[in-house]
Amino acid sequence: MSTKPTIDYSAMPDESGHFGIFGGRFVSETLMYALDELQEIYTRVKNDPDFVAEFDKDLAYYVGRPSPLYHAERLSRECGGAQIYLKREDLNHTGAHKVNNTIGQALLAKYTGKKRVIAETGAGQHGVATATVAARLGLECVVYMGAEDVQRQALNVYRMKLLGATVVPVTSGSKTLKDAMNEAMRDWVTNVDNTFYIIGTVAGPHPYPQLVRDFQCVIGREARQQCLAQTGRLPDALVACVGGGSNAIGLFHPFLSDDSVSMFGVEAGGYGVETGKHAAPLNDGIPGILHGNRTYLMEDENGQIIETHSVSAGLDYPGVGPEHSWLKDIGRVKYVAINDDEAMNGFRRLTKVEGIMPALESSHAIAYAEKLAPQMDKDETIIVNLSGRGDKDILTVAKIDGIEV
Amino acid sequence: MNRITKRLTENKAKGRKALVSYIVHGDPQPGVTLPAMHALVAAGTDIIELGIPFSDPMAEGPVIQRGHERALEHHASLTSAISLVSEFRKTDEETPIVLMGYANPIERMGYKVLATTAGAAGVDGLLTVDLPPEETVDLKRELEAVGMENILLIAPTTADKRVGSIAAAAGGFIYYVSLKGVTGAGHLDTDSVAEKMRQIRNHTELPVLVGFGIKDRATAIAIGALADGVVVGSVLVDAMGADPDSSTDEICNKIAAILKPIREGLDTISSI
Repeated sequence: MSTKPTIDYSAMPDESGHFGIFGGRFVSETLMYALDELQEIYTRVKNDPDFVAEFDKDLAYYVGRPSPLYHAERLSRECGGAQIYLKREDLNHTGAHKVNNTIGQALLAKYTGKKRVIAETGAGQHGVATATVAARLGLECVVYMGAEDVQRQALNVYRMKLLGATVVPVTSGSKTLKDAMNEAMRDWVTNVDNTFYIIGTVAGPHPYPQLVRDFQCVIGREARQQCLAQTGRLPDALVACVGGGSNAIGLFHPFLSDDSVSMFGVEAGGYGVETGKHAAPLNDGIPGILHGNRTYLMEDENGQIIETHSVSAGLDYPGVGPEHSWLKDIGRVKYVAINDDEAMNGFRRLTKVEGIMPALESSHAIAYAEKLAPQMDKDETIIVNLSGRGDKDILTVAKIDGIEV
Repeated sequence: MNRITKRLTENKAKGRKALVSYIVHGDPQPGVTLPAMHALVAAGTDIIELGIPFSDPMAEGPVIQRGHERALEHHASLTSAISLVSEFRKTDEETPIVLMGYANPIERMGYKVLATTAGAAGVDGLLTVDLPPEETVDLKRELEAVGMENILLIAPTTADKRVGSIAAAAGGFIYYVSLKGVTGAGHLDTDSVAEKMRQIRNHTELPVLVGFGIKDRATAIAIGALADGVVVGSVLVDAMGADPDSSTDEICNKIAAILKPIREGLDTISSI
């Protein structure tokens, strides 16, 4: 008889949004009613057949789901060891997993009757995915983006503008994703009556970590079925990159109760975790409170949030979704770090041996899978979440190569 | 008796409206804050709200954000703010002091250490913008053990039932946020404040002080007439940081000049 207590992962978070000591709702009083309202609406519609049908229909006909589970045979052969399968979220409309969530939240916005949506974005993928659904539903859309990121991701800024969104460069603080989120919160507190805040990851105050997770779980549910159909058994390992952690939780969550499936969340090691210049709070942070939830953070001895570094703008964030913090502490998921140069090697290798150009974020997961596969048997299976495509990163890669495009 | 309660009780007896003045600890230079606190008192401040700078001040408008950034350039911290209050208490035993800030520096220090050191330094209350009552149970216990008040916010969007539960959990006074927005915003609506004040009064005997959007004599009179007092912040922080070359004396003169008409305005309101 096993003495290990069984955890009901589907029962998390608790009613007040806590995953153990993590999560919760740490916002100014003005926003509490908006979060109550959102929670009330979400609780009401999440199991409503009409809502579910509408969501599924959009995922099928607008996003293009299910996304394939692809056996990367040549990459597997080169690594020598486990068979590597790629969950092709890069093939979604707008080129990443982000759209699964914006479709879901835009539907919720429709139920609230609010005609204006706002979002924060780092690399611009969530901003594009939000601008896309807003265009489709005829909603006013304002995207907050750190002034530094506006420079780094000019292509996505232009995409958002073409889609009819207003992009607001944020010049406070470190001028990156965390500051964009601060500014989005400030907008929300001011325009709370008519505005729906579409948060892009499994962070923020309750119920966001829960509802974003639920919308992203389509990734893991599909992967589970596809893996069983293609290999006849469950995978042995899952690998996904973790910034805020929405693509990772989407893949992991439907497998959490399967003890035989090991899971690896890959954080951005930047110049190396030992240098302090990275974005890996689960590897080198401590629990604190930021952006509405308690979670692992990168901060100094006075509790000030410190600046992060990653070659990938989408992972360049000092916090992480609270459920990941909890999964780390209970030991269910192992969180590792991949440095900038390792991720770049992953990017190049997948491009060359499989003809698939991954986003720099996803390249972190590829690079870790390359390390993991040789430690496993040939008849074992790894699923890597290929969370986005690399087109948006071409200019960054070219710059590293010293090439002017 | 806690200094906050003592002062607000005395004020009530005298029919005096409370003036709460907010400045950021360490802004714009470390040496300015202590003389500035004394200048606030000399200009008629009843309660000093000392802002604890934070890297991500989500509820602040641009003016106070800049104040936090200026303070952080000189590494102002919660620890140094508590030391500063000890210094202040050497010459002022009377004026209540509330530390106002965000949860993470408090988490980092630890609730017990914070309560013990701040209580010993002579801090009277703590207002943590992003700690709603649901998340303050442990902190409140530590604060109460040293006689400090946990000040809570009520917002225009707070539903009636919730007003009741916040009022029941609050200590010292209720801080009513006058508008939907960030600090320093300009869209104050006196009628809606009046309506919400009636709702809050139905639930509590605690004094209610109103902040956000109060910047001059006129706004202070309009809001002061409805409440037990007003909180003034952005207009002070703006003046303190406007000119990086200002001497400490010049800064103290500026804030005194801003507060003078506000204090006089509040004093014209006849108590009923």
